[in-house]
Amino acid sequence: MSGVKTLLAVGALLLATSSAAMAARTDLVLGVVLEPPHLDPTAGAAAAIDEIVYSNVFEGLTRIDETGTVQPALAESWTISDDEKVYTFKLHGGVKFHDGTTFDAEDVKFSLDRARAENSTNAQKALFSAIENVELVDPATVKVTLKQPQGAFLYNMGWGDAVIVAPESAETNKEKPVGTGPFRFADWARGSSITITRNPEYWGTPVALDKAEFRIIPDPAAATAAVLSGDVQAFPFFPAPEARAQLEADPRFKVTIGTTEGETILSINNKKPPFNNVKVRQAISYAIDRQAVIDGAMFGLGTPIGSHFAPHNPAYVDMTGAYPHDVEKAKALMHEAGLQDGIKVTLKLPPPQYARRGGEIIAAQLRKIGIDCEIVPVEWADWLQQVFKDKNFDLTIVSHTEPNDIDIYSRKDYYFGYDNPNFDKLIEELNITSDEAARKDLYGKAQKILSDDAVVGFLFELARMNVWDANIEGYWVNAPIQANDLTKVRWKQ
Amino acid sequence: MMPFLLKRIGTGAITLLLASIVVFAMLDVVPGDPARMMLGMNATEDAVQALREQMGLNQPLIMRYMSWLGGFLVGDLGRSYTYSVPVSQLVAERAVVSLPLALLALFLSTAIAIPVGLYSASHRGKAADTIAMGASQLGVAIPNFWFALLLVYVFAIALRLLPAGGFPGWTAGTWPALKALFLPAIALALPQAAILARVTRSALLDVLGEDFVRTARAKGLSRNTVLWRHALRNALIPVFTILGLQFSFLLAGTIIIENVFYLPGLGRLIFQAITQRDLIVVESVVMLLVATVIVVNLLVDLSYAAIDPRLRGT
Repeated sequence: MSGVKTLLAVGALLLATSSAAMAARTDLVLGVVLEPPHLDPTAGAAAAIDEIVYSNVFEGLTRIDETGTVQPALAESWTISDDEKVYTFKLHGGVKFHDGTTFDAEDVKFSLDRARAENSTNAQKALFSAIENVELVDPATVKVTLKQPQGAFLYNMGWGDAVIVAPESAETNKEKPVGTGPFRFADWARGSSITITRNPEYWGTPVALDKAEFRIIPDPAAATAAVLSGDVQAFPFFPAPEARAQLEADPRFKVTIGTTEGETILSINNKKPPFNNVKVRQAISYAIDRQAVIDGAMFGLGTPIGSHFAPHNPAYVDMTGAYPHDVEKAKALMHEAGLQDGIKVTLKLPPPQYARRGGEIIAAQLRKIGIDCEIVPVEWADWLQQVFKDKNFDLTIVSHTEPNDIDIYSRKDYYFGYDNPNFDKLIEELNITSDEAARKDLYGKAQKILSDDAVVGFLFELARMNVWDANIEGYWVNAPIQANDLTKVRWKQ
Repeated sequence: MMPFLLKRIGTGAITLLLASIVVFAMLDVVPGDPARMMLGMNATEDAVQALREQMGLNQPLIMRYMSWLGGFLVGDLGRSYTYSVPVSQLVAERAVVSLPLALLALFLSTAIAIPVGLYSASHRGKAADTIAMGASQLGVAIPNFWFALLLVYVFAIALRLLPAGGFPGWTAGTWPALKALFLPAIALALPQAAILARVTRSALLDVLGEDFVRTARAKGLSRNTVLWRHALRNALIPVFTILGLQFSFLLAGTIIIENVFYLPGLGRLIFQAITQRDLIVVESVVMLLVATVIVVNLLVDLSYAAIDPRLRGT
């Protein structure tokens, strides 16, 4: 008898030690380039906020998954009325905020009303503009009535700016975010790192990681050193493409190239002569050699685009053939516009590499057709003031990183000054259409109009270079929305 | 001594006040709207206006200056626009990184430079002097960020002895924190040490050529006694002047090194605050640096008096 006991004990011990040896790591240090100003995604545009809290700490009624598709989140299901104006959301039960307060329909009403209120400081207030009112049906059901049908409403509710917050913690979310997600905010050493830990009371599938630390490393050389030394085990938006070959050759890492929602464009002030002449804009489009810009400025990372749309989107139409690189044709168009003697313009460049490096190359390309660019480097704050607000510019290079943002071309008074009633009508129609096939068709037409009008010089879709430890799985390669979703990330061994 | 001290404190206070006006006025004309910066390109104009109102940016300049100055006098530095936490808390969090870093670098550079300078001066023209001065020439010429990267590649990536950057915080223990500061301190210290060693050497050589040194040698004192007791003390004034300048430089000039090692120090804070137009933080940190420079200069002046009794009367 005692022999059996001993045997059992030894067996149990063996099992325990072997499973301990098998137990995978549950901590992770990720490098991020920018430190968020605060951690409330409903009160700031910085991608750096969403790249920490989206899906991890905060959740919305819906969420956007890795393929860019809308998935249920806090809303377990929904029904849409026949006139497509009333959305009734059925909420998950048993959901608690990290501070222990219960999540229910009141929180949904509070969050949506807060975002669209008069004194709202939501950076994407336009997402909520179609909402007429939000009604509580019962604690688990909420009814949202729209002023008119809005095709993208469920998608909009999946943005980081539309996450559900509690009235008890809304005011302090900037410093101490309280959401419903699978991770809780733990610590923020300002300037250094932000740590989140597993939420043991999570209502959904629990996460594999116990702890994740986002370490802020702005300098590309420092980022390379941090990855090589093993100080960080993941860098989802790696800032040093020049180190790609070195990292790919190292078996410790897995390097992947994903897509983003960043349409990088040579923006043109459409209101300012001679750029109000479509011929001049078309000349610019012909003069640009996109691949040369991608190779020269981005070390080959990036997908050429011919209109304002992400190539990974199902509604994408390839317009890159509309204006092939053709210097002679560009010169002819300049001649037709009466500008054969050439013009002098300014090219204002914000700090990112794609603009500063890309700008030099584009200036050289435009010089060949008689457009002499004076390069003016500007800081971001300066760019927002001079270019975006005061519209005091000729040309600039910028990446529009918001998802599905082709509608910016229909905005009144937007910085590039494009005004085409046909395009506006198309976007209005798109807004009220929810049939997928019809939407796809409208998106295609919109892309074509922008290309025909050569509104701006469409350059490329920003790529994202992911560097992860080869033993980690479950992370996003593409970024259809600004996020570092860690909900499925785990160590293989 | 007392009137001297009072006079210096008085000028210091006036300098601070003038600096505050200059800083405030300069930052006001810098283009860029902190509210738009926060909310980005997609934000509607009324959301930006709502935030401006919340930040108190819609008040006239003079009102903002007076309320900031008033707060400053009672120790309330206001709230950061971007981080929305008290500026004093931000500055305190960062100062516990930058101050020890600057002190460590200062200590290292002094510990290297003074012996090298002494040795070179007393072995003037010999091989050791030539080598030391050649090395210091190199130290002056090498940019510290490049040297920092070299250190990272050797000690963090190849040897894995020290972290490549970052700061675990003092709560993680004194040793891990000091380990994190070690490479940055060396990167900062070596170029400074090179300058200081050259200054020490030439100051000593000047003194060694003076009549009283010859007299001391003539009355039978050994070379070393003369060097340590008579020459060094007299050579310290230029050395202390340089040290004072270097400390201010180390504290304010760590922006590059703090970026290379991604340390959460004052240099990073001010850099980040400028790009985000977090003007209230910029103003406070600049004022803090101005105050530090004034205090360090005062200490250097006092040290002159301690070294040379002839200066005490003034």
